[in-house]
Amino acid sequence: MTLSDSVFTTDRAALATRLKMILPAHCLLTDEEDLRPYECDGLTAYRELPMAVCLPESEVQVIDVLRTCHQLGVPVVARGAGTGLSGGAMPHAQGVVLSMARFNKILQVDRSARTAVVQPGVRNLAVSEAAAPFGLYYAPDPSSQIACTLGGNVAENSGGVHCLKYGLTVHNVLRVRVVSIEGEVFEIGSAAPDAPGYDLLALVIGSEGMLGVVTEVTVKLVPKPELAQVVMASFDDVARAGDAVAAIIAAGIIPAGLEMMDKPATAAVEPYVKAGYDLDAAAILLCESDGTPEEVAEEISRVTAVLTAAGARDIRVSQSEAERLRFWAGRKAAFPAVGRITPDYYCMDGTIPRKRLAEMLAAIAAMESKYQLRCANVFHAGDGNLHPLIMYDAAKPGEWARAEAFGAEILELSVALGGSITGEHGVGIEKINQMCVQYSAPALDAFRRIKAAFDDKGLLNPGKAIPSLHRCAEYGRMHVHRGDLKFPELERF
Amino acid sequence: MQLDDLIERIKAACQAHAPLRIRGAGSKDFYGGMLAGELFDVAAYAGILAYEPTELYITARCGTPLAEIEAELAGRGQMLAFEPPHFGAATLGGCIAAGLSGPRRMTSGGVRDFVLGAKLIDGTGQVLDFGGQVMKNVAGYDVSRLLAGSLGTLGLIAEATLKVLPRPVAEQTLCFDFDAAESIAKLNEWGGRPLPISASFWFADCLYLRLSGAQAAVDAAIRALAQAGGKPIAAVDAAKHWISVREQTHPAFAAATLWRCALPSTAPLSSDDSLQAIEWGGALRWYADAPDGLRSEAAASGGHAVLYRAAESKRCLDGAFAPLSPALLALHRRLKKSFDPKGILNPGRLYAEF
Repeated sequence: MTLSDSVFTTDRAALATRLKMILPAHCLLTDEEDLRPYECDGLTAYRELPMAVCLPESEVQVIDVLRTCHQLGVPVVARGAGTGLSGGAMPHAQGVVLSMARFNKILQVDRSARTAVVQPGVRNLAVSEAAAPFGLYYAPDPSSQIACTLGGNVAENSGGVHCLKYGLTVHNVLRVRVVSIEGEVFEIGSAAPDAPGYDLLALVIGSEGMLGVVTEVTVKLVPKPELAQVVMASFDDVARAGDAVAAIIAAGIIPAGLEMMDKPATAAVEPYVKAGYDLDAAAILLCESDGTPEEVAEEISRVTAVLTAAGARDIRVSQSEAERLRFWAGRKAAFPAVGRITPDYYCMDGTIPRKRLAEMLAAIAAMESKYQLRCANVFHAGDGNLHPLIMYDAAKPGEWARAEAFGAEILELSVALGGSITGEHGVGIEKINQMCVQYSAPALDAFRRIKAAFDDKGLLNPGKAIPSLHRCAEYGRMHVHRGDLKFPELERF
Repeated sequence: MQLDDLIERIKAACQAHAPLRIRGAGSKDFYGGMLAGELFDVAAYAGILAYEPTELYITARCGTPLAEIEAELAGRGQMLAFEPPHFGAATLGGCIAAGLSGPRRMTSGGVRDFVLGAKLIDGTGQVLDFGGQVMKNVAGYDVSRLLAGSLGTLGLIAEATLKVLPRPVAEQTLCFDFDAAESIAKLNEWGGRPLPISASFWFADCLYLRLSGAQAAVDAAIRALAQAGGKPIAAVDAAKHWISVREQTHPAFAAATLWRCALPSTAPLSSDDSLQAIEWGGALRWYADAPDGLRSEAAASGGHAVLYRAAESKRCLDGAFAPLSPALLALHRRLKKSFDPKGILNPGRLYAEF
């Protein structure tokens, strides 16, 4: 995909010469065959070859690379494990990919303060593994936690099954060390509960690599609950399952996890994981409770009563840790399971108010016939974050285009229902047009000014997350405020 | 009062380059740097706009008193989990702008952790909608949370959406005879265990610990903590106690000059006898008067000291907030300028430089 709104002209030879001066040979890739593995992230539909890949091993090298790119006017795309699903780490054809893979050390785990200081290339799960001997863990648990890195989690404000109760990355990161595009280092936040000045952590977390490059992260660790148990309930009707979710919240219960799968999703995963899902159910709800054994017992009995009253056709409670993990296995493996029954799938990530769930699912069913593509739905029911998996075959002409249009329609409906175009995967390159639907022109302009306050040349991850004025105009969705077209001097397309 | 009235007032001030001092109930006039500019009273822009108990959010106009919001939530068994102080008639807008949280902050999170969306009127009178009413929204920069603690310097928070939570079923407060150092050590030890601690407060060699959650969890915690000497306090006294902490009517906060130190919870304790109280699991410490070097000592421990309550002349001279590094100050100025190019909104309230 060409980024018409981020045009740069880089002198490849000059760039390579300069980078060779600041990086040892094993930290710099410039041959096409070496660059190829970096051409995309988890969203493989969008690919671009960068001019160079830098693999710095020290913060000084990061500073030098950024300073060089700033001087030469070269775009920089920072990257972790590349598990992102919105193309946020897709390279720029005229730019450098800055891989933080070698920043993979856990620098400190402080049992008493319940914090860990880690480098951005550390995998999410590795933090919890390092904290486990102290009875602590890192709460945000994206499904890709085996592979995804803390730096990427910070960039995307990642969530996971536990975020309803324990929060997103933004609630669990205390401090980051950032290098600006000009090569200046600053620390945001602190190990104290707050820091002086503006809450810049809130801006940087979820900023998709647009504001700076993170070189160190201090995270909060929380005590591991003594016990976790999960209730699995099946429903004859998705609307009823949605109402059951609302009833649990209305009863004053915030479960540790509350997830739903529809019939096509369970049909895809059951042969794959053999979790014992009810294949006749229209929807399956998984509701986890954690805490002390007394607390869990009390909560499970309340949840069971609520689900029964809400009309669940079958309810099962995990009787062992092995069974709990098996119940979850299907939900966690939903993506690869769907991957087995279709050549390609396109994962969307919209958030809607929970009460609009049935409406959204009915609309998606209608879109399946409109676009002649199948769709399985798995979602974080507790917070209304949907992941429709649109199945297609890239080898068949026109199918990808239909999948893309299908996805765009889901996102735009999410906004219309009062939600957001992304709950946890980020905007990246994938949803950039829909930003023009979710936000008004003045709000988008405020985003651009924030970007300029950090990166006035617009070199960090250009063309991602925040659409240019030009792009919104091209998308034809310019916000018209009270009949006044903003920027009337601009040419329309 | 209509949204248009607020917009017109800011537009006029922008054109005239005339600073405005945004004010709700004025309950936090004591807090921060100087109060400059013409008074811009926004208390009349009030009212709850939306409340969805099962979606866990409430949306209200800036002038809505916290008391009104909390009464509405209590009717459905819910609460503002960060327990903001009211200091009289505090409003929603001021609560977010000041970013002050109460006793539950260490376990539930602070104001910023609960802001989901905001309608902001920037320094040129433009209306900007950020965030929304859903729990998860990572589209665009999270400006709504940035507003928490910005003291009105980035714009007028005209409306905001907060996440709400169910009130705990059971609550019990214990009291321990611990000195300050022992309290800090114990709080950090307990913090690493799965105990339902929802607040802590140390004053005059007594550590108060509040447990909240399911009845079974609270009962189990009481049993576990009994051996450490925790004595239960009658529910009615405990409720009064925590309100006096939240509202700072407790004698611990009586000093004319009061410093607020936010520190890593394990930071070593300064032996200074001006220490008044410890909150938030050891991470928030209050000092009376001004022990010399408190600010640099706090910075050396990885935290910061706020000149929280003092004569205005002293706050203006010393700065209410710890100074920023040159790189961060430059960034703050650019951000301020991007929202308020004429510098008319609450100038000097956060830092004298902008």
